Amino acid sequence: MSREVVITGVGAVTPLGVGARTLHERWSAGVVGITDGKGVATEFDPTEHLSVKEVRRADRFTQFALVAGDEALAEAGWSEELPYEGDKIASILGTGIGGIGTLERGKEILIESGAKKVPPLSVPLMMSNAAAAAVSMRFKLLGPCHGIVSACSGGADAIGAAKMMIESGLVDAVVTGGSEAALTPLSNAAFGALDALSKQGISRPFDKDRDGFVMGEGGAILILETRENAEKRGAKILGTLKGYGASADAYHLTAPDKDGGGPSRAMKAAMLNAGITPDDIVYVNAHGTSTGLNDAAETKALKMALGDRAHEIPISSLKSSIGHLLGAAGAVEAVATILALRDRIAPPTLGLENPDEGLDLDYVPHQAKPLDIGDKPAIAISSSFGFGGHNAVLALEAA
Amino acid sequence: MANAITEEAVQKTVYEALPQFGVDEGDITREATFEDLDVDSLDLAELSQIIEDEYGVALKGDDVGKIKTVGDAIDLVIQKGS
Repeated sequence: MSREVVITGVGAVTPLGVGARTLHERWSAGVVGITDGKGVATEFDPTEHLSVKEVRRADRFTQFALVAGDEALAEAGWSEELPYEGDKIASILGTGIGGIGTLERGKEILIESGAKKVPPLSVPLMMSNAAAAAVSMRFKLLGPCHGIVSACSGGADAIGAAKMMIESGLVDAVVTGGSEAALTPLSNAAFGALDALSKQGISRPFDKDRDGFVMGEGGAILILETRENAEKRGAKILGTLKGYGASADAYHLTAPDKDGGGPSRAMKAAMLNAGITPDDIVYVNAHGTSTGLNDAAETKALKMALGDRAHEIPISSLKSSIGHLLGAAGAVEAVATILALRDRIAPPTLGLENPDEGLDLDYVPHQAKPLDIGDKPAIAISSSFGFGGHNAVLALEAA
Repeated sequence: MANAITEEAVQKTVYEALPQFGVDEGDITREATFEDLDVDSLDLAELSQIIEDEYGVALKGDDVGKIKTVGDAIDLVIQKGS
């Protein structure tokens, strides 16, 4: 029999604050967490949540995962005792870059003070699997543990990998998601050199005046387990991870395929995997980066994958509120999507004043709107696309 | 220029370094074991760097494996520096 994968806990640290509900409520209320062109997680103080040793042993991207993990495990009812044997629980986390802040500090010390002064913690903190490792250690998860690295689709790809692990019977549950802390001088300069960042410092997906993405930081964790087990232990089920689809553009290292072919194939794959058709989808959480190329290609992809239905579905971008969290984006957006669906609400695309030519879908500008779906299941897709031509799409249904 | 190695100086350096790793100041004595203080190999690698920076003595390799207590570390620095 199939092993249906459900979500029983979520946690998030974002530029809108600490907590998944904080993210959902503030985005839905139209709050923008971007200041001076950056989405900094200003309300996050690691020392409030972690010991001195834990803070020292974790790059900021790992700290986000640990704190979001605490929240998600508590919601799933796992804090006191794990409901499964440790070796049947995996830790699978996505990131785009990993501990680049640690890397940069180490390099500065190397240049300024020489090799003998480079901190011994440099490698264990910067490695892209550090967050997955730290989460496994904090929560005593003894099953498979690794990082998923696919740039800005890393978070969604991690959740997709987690789903397949549970379905295959390899594990009973996965602590999954993604995190990123790349608001560093090198990363800012490098994305700037690519002309990918907004010079105005404004994230306004689908607007004719959009001029690039605004970088943000944060992380999100989801607890996934089988419906059968979750029901047996009386867990509160937030929703179902119905489908995962992924594809490669095989086109360009940074630019998306202008025709949207890759993303549309990932969307179709996710629908097929979920056993749904475009008519079943009531909301789309877009990748919506606010770059000229992405938002145009994504709109084409949505039309290709969803047909006429694309014009009927509310589509919004969380990046209009918190910026682009790179490898964390897919995880944070999956959390935001499931909470939005539970409240039967489509949160807004903020800053969207004048949709660009050809961008003629319902992007839910300015303010949230209710999803008037009656008894229809609350099903959405959440898209993430990354440098390298990675496309990952999740299909989610709220309970 | 490395500092002169005296027991007092080395003890001060070690006692001041350990709290950076999350050790409670009040728990630090010469007899305290690193295990009890939750000071592991990564912390000792950092401590070694601090010691080498101040005294030009490296705590590396087999030596470090033999260190059990705070006093052992201080004594080893003095022994290697003399």
